[in-house]
Amino acid sequence: MSELSLSQDVAPVQKPSRIKMALRKPGFMVGATIIAISSVLALFPGVFAPYDPNFIDYTAVRQPPSWLHPFGTDLLGRDSFSRVIWAYSVNMQMAVLATIFALLIGVVIGALVGYYRGIADMIFGRVVDAIITFPFLVLVIAVVAVLGPGLVNMYIAITLVGWVYYARLMRAEVISQMGNDYASAGIVMGYSDLRIIFRHLLPNAITPIVVYWMTDMALAILLGSSLGYLGLGAQPPQAEWGVLIAEGRNFITTAWWLSLMPGIAIVLTGLGFSLIGDGIADLLRPRG
Amino acid sequence: MAGIQYTLNRLVLMIPTFLLVMIIIFLLVRLLPGDPAIAIAGDKASDADIAAIREKLGLNAPLWTQFWFFLTNTLQGDLGRSILLRAPVLDVILARLPTTIFLAVYAVSLSILIAGPLAFLAAVNRGKWQDNLIRAVFQVGLSMPVFYIGLILLTFLAAQLRLFPVGGYGETFLDRMYHLFLPAVTVALYTSAILMRNLRAAIIEVLDAEYVQFARAKGLPSRLILGRHVLKNALISTVTLLGLSIGQLMSGTLVTETVFAVPGVGRLMLEAIFARDYPLIQGLTLTFAVLVSSVFLMTDLFQSWLDPRMRLS
Repeated sequence: MSELSLSQDVAPVQKPSRIKMALRKPGFMVGATIIAISSVLALFPGVFAPYDPNFIDYTAVRQPPSWLHPFGTDLLGRDSFSRVIWAYSVNMQMAVLATIFALLIGVVIGALVGYYRGIADMIFGRVVDAIITFPFLVLVIAVVAVLGPGLVNMYIAITLVGWVYYARLMRAEVISQMGNDYASAGIVMGYSDLRIIFRHLLPNAITPIVVYWMTDMALAILLGSSLGYLGLGAQPPQAEWGVLIAEGRNFITTAWWLSLMPGIAIVLTGLGFSLIGDGIADLLRPRG
Repeated sequence: MAGIQYTLNRLVLMIPTFLLVMIIIFLLVRLLPGDPAIAIAGDKASDADIAAIREKLGLNAPLWTQFWFFLTNTLQGDLGRSILLRAPVLDVILARLPTTIFLAVYAVSLSILIAGPLAFLAAVNRGKWQDNLIRAVFQVGLSMPVFYIGLILLTFLAAQLRLFPVGGYGETFLDRMYHLFLPAVTVALYTSAILMRNLRAAIIEVLDAEYVQFARAKGLPSRLILGRHVLKNALISTVTLLGLSIGQLMSGTLVTETVFAVPGVGRLMLEAIFARDYPLIQGLTLTFAVLVSSVFLMTDLFQSWLDPRMRLS
């Protein structure tokens, strides 16, 4: 722990005030509340959904919203409210699973090429250039097209493309951290490269990654539901917001509630993640 | 002279990137489990068809030779034949590309019209209610998936109020503008949310710059300052930002074309995917990559033309 004491000596003075500052930011608080509620719904959908999301009732087909069915029923008589609630577990899972592996791979690769530079860094630069030459969605759906539609393949496709953005960010951050005295001190003390990279540089370089991760989770929900809508992501009868909107699309003038409600869930959750991301970015920006 | 040198350097740098792009597209179909020849020929192909494709793609040859075939064929404009449309991939793409480019240019124009004045209004009134309102609305806009925006516009403006056609593409230029208005607005709402955010920050930066402060101190009327200094610099940022968001623009166009049944390359991509038409998927992926890198290049050259300092770095 001794080598950490230097940074800890500085940090605790600011820490409590930052949390207080966060609590005073309305945008951040709204975002945090939305994501807290969404997470509870995602973890315990059965507690909040009044019906089984896949229970088919042909006697109650395409009913408008009522006390019995707050969001109406769909073309098979399934309760739309319950389907939107159950979709929380799929779409919130998407926010995490479509981003976390990209983050981990990107952070490790970015830290290594940023630390060692040289030929690996040059190759990395060209790979980044090549991947950002494709529109994100185009490359993701091309990979899904090859692997086949479905949630797992969608996660693989997004990870294969998405790690580049984390790696690029991490590389730049590690390079800028290398200019600090503590990094040189580590080298002079004869610490191993891995120890310097992962115990010293990484904790100091991680903040922009966390901010980007929040925005990326919002994007993952938008992207995942878009793929669901296009028929390439989650597959029916699974309740997923994009799939639900696609199911209601042909009845949008007669049964508008089918597509409208899942869309509101997407917008709210996406908003929640971006507000948290903005709030964190605001707090971490150097004051003055 | 420096300008020509910069352009040449920039073009040379594109060569390794292009090679990697080709490797990615080449490996894409090789990710397929099993024999790519069977996948490319389709389920109904005969053994002879599959053998012919194997021969044509050189699938019996080592991987390096295969890549060489793929590269030289592509450079000669031979992207293979589409299984779905039974025609050369290049012809199919070239027939659909103008529609997508029309939609993209239309959408970009609209997003400048939407984001430009609002970003300006927000930046000038920084921290006041106008700024907060504009930012809040665009924040919500950023959280809306493109297909959802499209579906809402389609339902209310086309299906309910019958102000716009539900589908179709139009014959004359004006007819096209009318038919593609809702798709263009859909894409524009999405891209203007990205543009507005960055443009507001860019304008604020210019407002705080020393030369603007100096112009103020000199007592120049604020209309002149805004018009001559701030607006001019904001235009430069707009072009750069639009250039950099070409990827998002293309992604937005792809989804919008599907929602509104616009016959462009975006919708063709999905048709190709559902038909498992791999030569077409490869050709389209390459087309998008070429579009994006050309726009990146143009943005770069435009920037270096406006700001000669860029050529030095």
